[in-house]
Parts: sequence; C-alpha cells; structure tokens
Amino acid sequence: MAAPSTAPPLPADLAEVTRDESTLRRFLYGLPGVDQVGVEQRAATLATRSIKKSAKLWAIDTAISMVDLTTLEGADTPGKVRSLAAKAKRPDPDHPETPHVAAVCVYPDLAGIAVEALIGSGVEVASVATAFPSGRSARSVKLADVADAVASGAGEVDMVIDRGAFLSGRYGLVYDEIVEVKAACGDAHLKVILETGELATYDNVRRASWLALLAGGDFIKTSTGKVSPAATLPVTHVMLQAVRDWYERTGHHRGVKPAGGIRTSKDAIRYLVAVHEVAGEAWLSPKLFRFGASSLLNDLVMQRRTQLDGHYSGPDYVTVD
Amino acid sequence: MSDTRVTVAKTYKLYIGGAFPRSESGRSYQVTDSRGGFLANAAQASRKDARDSVVAARKAFGGWSGATAYNRGQVLYRVAEMMEGRREQFIADVQASEGVQLRRAQSFVDAAIDRWVWYAGWTDKLAAVLGSSNPVAGPYFSFTTPEPTGVVAVFAPQASSLLGLVSVVAPVLAGGNTCVVVASQDRPLPAITLSEVLATSDVPGGVVNMLTGRTAELAPWLAAHADVNALDLAGAPASQRVELERAAAGTVKRVPRVPAAEPDWTRAPDISRLRAFLEAKTVWHPIGV
Amino acid sequence: MADERLWDYAPAPENRDIANLKPSYQMFVDGQFVDGTGDALKTINPATGEVLAEVGTASPADVDRAVKAARRAYEKVWGRMPGAERAKYLFRIARFIAERARELAVLESLDNGKPIRESRDVDVPTASAHFFYHAGWADKLGYAGYGPDPRPLGVAGQVIPWNFPLLMAAWKIAPALACGNTVVLKPAETTPLTALVLAEICQQAELPPGVVNILAGAGNVGASLVNHPDVDKVAFTGSTEVGKQIQSSLAGTGRKLTLELGGKAANIVFEDAPLDQAVEGIVNGIFFNQGHVCCAGSRLLVAESVADEVLAKLRARVTTLRVGDPLDKNTDVGAINSAEQLAKIKSLVEIGDDEGAERWTSPCPLPDKGFFFAPTVFSGVSQAMRIAREEIFGPVLSVLTFRTPDEAIAKANNTPYGLSAGVWTEKGSRILSMANRLRAGVVWANTFNRFDPAAPFGGYQESGFGREGGRAGLEAYLDV
Repeated sequence: MAAPSTAPPLPADLAEVTRDESTLRRFLYGLPGVDQVGVEQRAATLATRSIKKSAKLWAIDTAISMVDLTTLEGADTPGKVRSLAAKAKRPDPDHPETPHVAAVCVYPDLAGIAVEALIGSGVEVASVATAFPSGRSARSVKLADVADAVASGAGEVDMVIDRGAFLSGRYGLVYDEIVEVKAACGDAHLKVILETGELATYDNVRRASWLALLAGGDFIKTSTGKVSPAATLPVTHVMLQAVRDWYERTGHHRGVKPAGGIRTSKDAIRYLVAVHEVAGEAWLSPKLFRFGASSLLNDLVMQRRTQLDGHYSGPDYVTVD
Repeated sequence: MSDTRVTVAKTYKLYIGGAFPRSESGRSYQVTDSRGGFLANAAQASRKDARDSVVAARKAFGGWSGATAYNRGQVLYRVAEMMEGRREQFIADVQASEGVQLRRAQSFVDAAIDRWVWYAGWTDKLAAVLGSSNPVAGPYFSFTTPEPTGVVAVFAPQASSLLGLVSVVAPVLAGGNTCVVVASQDRPLPAITLSEVLATSDVPGGVVNMLTGRTAELAPWLAAHADVNALDLAGAPASQRVELERAAAGTVKRVPRVPAAEPDWTRAPDISRLRAFLEAKTVWHPIGV
Repeated sequence: MADERLWDYAPAPENRDIANLKPSYQMFVDGQFVDGTGDALKTINPATGEVLAEVGTASPADVDRAVKAARRAYEKVWGRMPGAERAKYLFRIARFIAERARELAVLESLDNGKPIRESRDVDVPTASAHFFYHAGWADKLGYAGYGPDPRPLGVAGQVIPWNFPLLMAAWKIAPALACGNTVVLKPAETTPLTALVLAEICQQAELPPGVVNILAGAGNVGASLVNHPDVDKVAFTGSTEVGKQIQSSLAGTGRKLTLELGGKAANIVFEDAPLDQAVEGIVNGIFFNQGHVCCAGSRLLVAESVADEVLAKLRARVTTLRVGDPLDKNTDVGAINSAEQLAKIKSLVEIGDDEGAERWTSPCPLPDKGFFFAPTVFSGVSQAMRIAREEIFGPVLSVLTFRTPDEAIAKANNTPYGLSAGVWTEKGSRILSMANRLRAGVVWANTFNRFDPAAPFGGYQESGFGREGGRAGLEAYLDV
C-alpha cells in the first residue's frame, strides 16, 4: 500500500503496519478495546464540570474560534454562502472583539464563492468532497471532487471514508483511498470523516481513527451531520484518545472535529472540557480542534453577551443566517 | 360561588400512545350508573384503535423494558402518589360506576393505590426472586433471568372497575411489558381517570394504552394480532374465551388461566400475575483463563 | 504552575448556606431531639479546620434510654405493623432524602470533606435508592427465601464509619426497618451531621417515635451500644480492629452480628484490558472518596507486558485530578477526613519510601489549610511491603506486576482481607475464572466501586461477615 505522500514520515514500527492489508488488519485488531459503559460513564462524569465566569468566557471565545460554520444543503446558494461568510468574519457585529470562526464549510461548487468572500479574513474555507455525504462514487469521481475543491481555493477538505468497505473489513481499501485523497489535497488540510453513527461501536471508532491517522489525515472528524447519531461526547473521547496516543507514538499533533448535533454553548463547553482533560491543553486550539456546526455559533454569541451584559440575551438579538 | 353554576362536563376519550384521541371511528356509547342514570359518553374504540394501540405499545416496549428496574419502580410508585392526589375523584368514579357505598368505594381506591406500591416494589426484586445462577456440571457460568414477554393485551375485569383494573395492569407493567387494555365495558370511567393519572406520572406514552368500548368486538382482533405476545383474559366474555385462546395459538401467545368468576380483588395478590408475563432467559458462558 | 495554564476553571463552589447548618445538634431519641448527657463534641470541616457545629453526645444512660425507646417502639408499634404500612414510611423517607438531596449533599461535603460531585451524584442518591429498594421488601419478605413469614430480630444497635456517613446510615437503617426491627444508630464521631438530618427526615415522615434513634458520640458510645444487653442485633461498619473487639465482646451472647470491615483490594489488569477504561477504573478504585473506601482498589496488579503503558497513562490521568475545596463542583479529590487519618496516611507513605517502593505524587496544587493529601502512586511494590498489606484508607495506590493469571490470583488472595477485587480483561471466560478464584465478597469486572441496593455487599475473612443489600442483605435483620 502507498505511504501518505505529504504527511511527515511515520516511525518505523507504524510504517510497517501499513505494509499490506494483513499487517494493517492485525494492527487495528490489536488496539485495546473500548469498554462502552466505561467510556460513557467517563464522558458523563466529565460533562458535570461546572465552567463559570472568566473560564466560561474564555471557553466561549475559544469555541467560537473553533467553529467550522457549515452549510451543506441542496438548497444552498451563493447568496447564502456570502451571508454565512459575513457572519463567519464578524459573528457579533455589536461586539466586534468577538473572534472570527475557524472556517466556513460548504459543498465544492460553492467553495470559490466562499474563498472570494473570505479573502484576507483569516477564516479558512473548507469544502466537503469525495461524494459527500455517502461516499458512494467511483474513486476517480471522488478524487476529481477533491481536485475541484482544491482548485476553487479551499484550504481544507473534509472527506468521507468508505464505511461499507470499513464495515466489511477491507481496511486496505479505506486506507488507500485516504492516502490518495491526501495526495490530491496538496497543501490543503485533510479532515477525515469517519461517520461514527454508522460505525456502531467504539472499537470501530478507535480503529477507524487510527486508520485515518496512519493514512495521513490531519483531522479526524466524527460525522457528516447527515446521519444520526452524529457527534457524541463518548465518541469524541475515543477520538481524542486516538490523537493523544498518536502524539505519544509519533510526536505529531493531529486534530479532532466533532460535527453535527452540537447546538448549545453548554454542549460546546463540555467538548472543550473533554479536549482539555482527555487529550490535553495542546489541543485547545483551532489548529487541533474544530466544531462542525451551524446553529451553535448563534448560541455561543448569545451566551457571550450574557456573560458580558449580565442578563440573558434572546434569539432576536443575534443575526439569522 | 353561585349555586346555579353549570359544571363543566368531562369528555372521556381513549388513551393511545400518550395522547387522548377520540375513536378513529367517531363512535361513542352511553355509560350509565348502576341505576341506569346517564354518566357520560365514552369513546367506542374500533379495531383500528386497537391496531394503533398495539403499534404504540410495541414502540414503547424498547424503552420501558430497557429502563432500569429501579426506574420502573420509581415510575410505578409515582402512579400511586398521583392517584392518592386524585383520591376523591376516583372514589366518585368508583361509586358512580359500581354503585357501592362511599366506605366501600374508599376501600377499593385505597387498595388500588396500595397495589401500585406493592408492584412498584417488585420491579427490582423479580430477578433476585425468580432468577437463578445455575450450577451446571461443566466449566460454564449459567444464569437465568426473567425478561418481559412483550406487548400484552389486557381485558380488564368487568365488575371491579378500578381495583380489578389496577390489579391486572400493574403486574404487566412491573415486569417491563407494555399493554393495550380494554377497560370494563360498562364501567369504563375509572379507567379513563386512571389513564389521566398515568399520563402525568412519568409512565412513558404507549406503555399503557386504554381502550373503552365493546370488549367482545375488540377482543378477537387483539387475540389474533401477530404483534401481541400475551393475553390477559380476566375480563373477556366467558362465551368468547375458547375462541380467543384459539386465536392466541396462531402466534403462540401466552394466555394465563382465568378463574370462571371474577375473583375478589381486595385479597392480597401473589406473584402469579408477574410470572405470567415474564420469560426466563438462560445465559451460558465458559469459565477459563 | 496554575498561572501557566491556558484554561483554568474558575472556582465553582456550591453555596454552603444550602446545608442549613445549625450551631448545635442534639441526639434523636424516641422521636424527639434531646440533649445528651455526654460531653458535647465539635465537628469540624476537614477542608478548613473550622468548627462546623457543636453536637450533643450520649452517655451510657442515654444509650439505655434509646434502647428502651427502640424496644417499646418494636413491641408496641413497629414489630406488629403490617409490612405494607412499614413500606410506606420507608418510601416516604426515600422521597424526603431525594427532596432534600442538595442540602444533604452540601452538609455531607462540609462535614466529611468529600467532593460535592460525589456526595451529590453518589452518596445521597444511593442513600435514597436504598430506602426505596428496601421499602419494597417490607411486604414481600415471604418471597426472600427465608421461609413464608420471617420475623424480625427486635432492636438493632448499629455503628457506622465516617467515610460515607449518610449512605452507611441508609445501608443500616433501611433493611432493619424493612424487616420490622427498630434501631439505635451511632454515626462516627467526626461526621454526625447528616445522620441527624436523616433523623429529622424520619420525624417529618412521621415515623413512629422510637423506631429510629440516633446517638452521636465517640467509640465509647458505640461500645456501650453494642454491648447493651437489650440489643438483639449488632451491625458494625468500620475498622477490622474494632470489629474484632465487638465480635469478641459479643461472644456467647447469642446476639446476631454483622461486620463490614477493612480491605486491601486487588485490581487486576490484564494485557487485553480496555486500557483507557481500566485507567479510569483504577483511578475510581483508589481516588474515589479520597481512598476512604473499605473496598478501594488499593493494590493494582498489572500484567508486566502492559505495566509501563498503564503506569504512564495512569500518571497522566491522575495529574488531571483536581484536589481541593470539597464544595467546588469541579473537585475530584477532597479533604482527608481528619488530622488523625492524614497522619496515618503520611506515616504509611513514609514507610513505603523506606521499604524502597518508588513514589510518584501528582503535581496538583494543594490548598494551604485543611487536611489534604495529593494522589500518590507507588510502583515497584512487592507483596512483602507494608503498603501492599495494610489498609492505608487514603489516596495512595500500590502497583505490583504479575506474569500469569495464577500469579495474579496468588497475590490478590494473599491478604487476610477479602472485601472486593477488580478484574480488567476483554475476555469473558477469564473474568469468570478470576471471579471464581478470587476470595472476595465483591468482584468488579471492567468496572470498580459500583454499589446498588439490589446488589449484596460484604466481605470474606477479616473483611467481616454478613451482607448488605439485595436479598442476601435481609438475612442480617431477620430471625432466621
């Protein structure tokens, strides 16, 4: 199997893992199991952390700066993308000190519009690709999709893995596809969507996480947002453990992006607590952690105002996009 | 308050999937007190209402049977609490329906409340009392644990409109089953009031579905329904029982024996009604390093 | 160190006013709060050293009064009451505990030093559940397997420890009352407050006078209670040392006795364990409640092949434990309950150093006042060391390694205790085989420190006898 093209070279023991289908399979099956009850209990306990005052404000600002503001609808238009871009740059026009979001995430045909709208803003453009969300197209079509997104100027590509291949145990195929997509990305950052809602077990999430990391994914991402359940705290725990363990073994930081279903500031802060306590402080940065979300941003902005103004805000006081 | 105030009459409806619809058939029937005086128009459920109730009961089964026994106990105890709060209304309903003296109606209602409490205490003890660890002759750990049968169609007793009803419904629920109940045909009002209590006491919608109407009309449909797992024929017409048991055989439904005459529901229950709607599951697992 | 952090959680203290702390508390006898004739004690907040309240204690004469009240209540009311009616009182108590949960949790954390997260999420809800569960048994005793109509014993004298003050009171009182006994209970000297609020709850629940009596005081009050000639049943949770004294002093009296004593549990981690969850379980096993848990997983037995990896993950995880103000909702490890206990922990840790074990201490900051001890992990421990044999009852873990399941079993069982054990492996048959061979009253597999009123709890050998919870737990309070 091919080695990841643009990622830093793997340590010898991990490089050996990707030699062929059987070494890969052995490695993935040799990863420690994940006890469902245990990981869910840990996630639930950590979710009781009470984040107040300055710690909360910091968390809200950090969360805003980690949002991949997303619109992935068949009904999307250039106008919709432009207004989203405006929101991404200035999430709260009344409070211009509010940080901008990390990226705007769109379908490839609208990536060019987003790039244009965001020039010089510091907000990245992420495009989904590889026959998002199902991934059910020929490899050549998926790669063309990626090339198209990159050619439109997208700095980040969110790909989907072939869940059918993964669930039927054809790990080499999934691996090779990620490697090829990574190559097609060039300098663009690659986020690998595992679609954890379809992987069904935490053991699978852990294996898919390692598979994506071995293949050179810069981020591992939970979900397309089109399948339920999307992101959950325990799934994100397992993925954070993967990037933490990856760092222990390789010295390289990789990121995690939960996407779908994170709608409130309270949720977002729970994720940040998990990032903080499971992976570590290093991951508390948009470089290594993102939220794939749309309505979350407005709630963060409202809660930010509540923190600053001392009273609750309402949905009519933030912009609808 | 003026003596001439006109009271607001209550509409008695069905209880299906946590909602209170009228019968899809649009039918209703007159409910009278023991002396024949008009009490109310009750909804007269159709076979389609019965069908919808089975769908609702099936949908609720996963959640209810999967809830912890502790949680189910809390919920059933809550039913007792809520009934206690509406004790006077139940007493009035029972008096009107059964034509009994106040004292007797009170004792029925109190016994009905206490019965919920009794069954509430059973949820987390059934496995300890009915389950076992099986000392099999080999290197295996084998244990047997009770599990709910599924969706139970309950034909509530005809005479004892509340205590009889609670006595047959509570054990079905305590074991983790969900049910479709056909209330006493001529005395349905306490059953509807009970539904209102269930709706406001943390019992998830669909766990109990309460139908009023003609028992004989609904019974064959429920007895033959392939998605019903068991029948309680407590209040089914005696003339229909053979036919219903035969229909039940079509999908091998569990049908506990029913005494010929309606029993004295004031007597303390045993666990036979709990056992009747439980399956025993035996698990084997090897023991070795 | 704290200043360099990117994200410091701001303090999130629970409001101590919620505890409704009173300046003084009285003992509860025959349905009334009355002054004891013993010397009042001062109960302190171990997180700060401040005096929380003055608590009246019982003299031997008060013990006698309480036992007499319990006897009267037993003979005239409680022993005769139908089970279904007894049940309703217990259900009421369960509900009142739940309704006053927040008050009880804050009070417990103040008096005991345990983190509010635990008192709120474990102690208080489990106490309520214990009453709820046993309420259900009160009218079902004929189904419990002790014959068709098992009878109560009479008056129970109960003495409980300071590590789970309210929960232990619930463990003792609920089954006793469900079975038809009346009780005189003595909470620990350092943590009497929540038991006295529970007395208030009994009063609010209109429990007949004398059914529950609660006497504060030190060991001498406990001694006069367990040795009182008119007590029919003695239940004690606490140290093995005191348990032995009680057993010895009751010898020949024919009184029924149950003991729940110390432990030195082995938590065994195999190479195929779900390692991240095993680390959680190890942490929960020894740092839950500051390690003040008789069934704490104080000996980690880890397979040699994964020992380094487990230790590295464990240290990283322990580093994230937040030690400090018990009332802060983000605190994971609170205060050691007393100066005396802290001194004992310190001395055993020094012994560990002297014995040559390798000590690692969490770099967490500690408060400057109160009794605190940083989570500590000793590696390179051998069976011969005192830190592998003696119950430290603090946040101190001893790590040993093993190579084969036989060796793990031999080491795990090589102790006079036998309260609990843990096994971590993804292989089901191995779990069962280890469970079969472990000489312990509770075996947790791929989890640790789980408690439920429906699950019997208790020890083998010097960890005591008798069970609490479940069907088996009823035996302790029935004349069978």
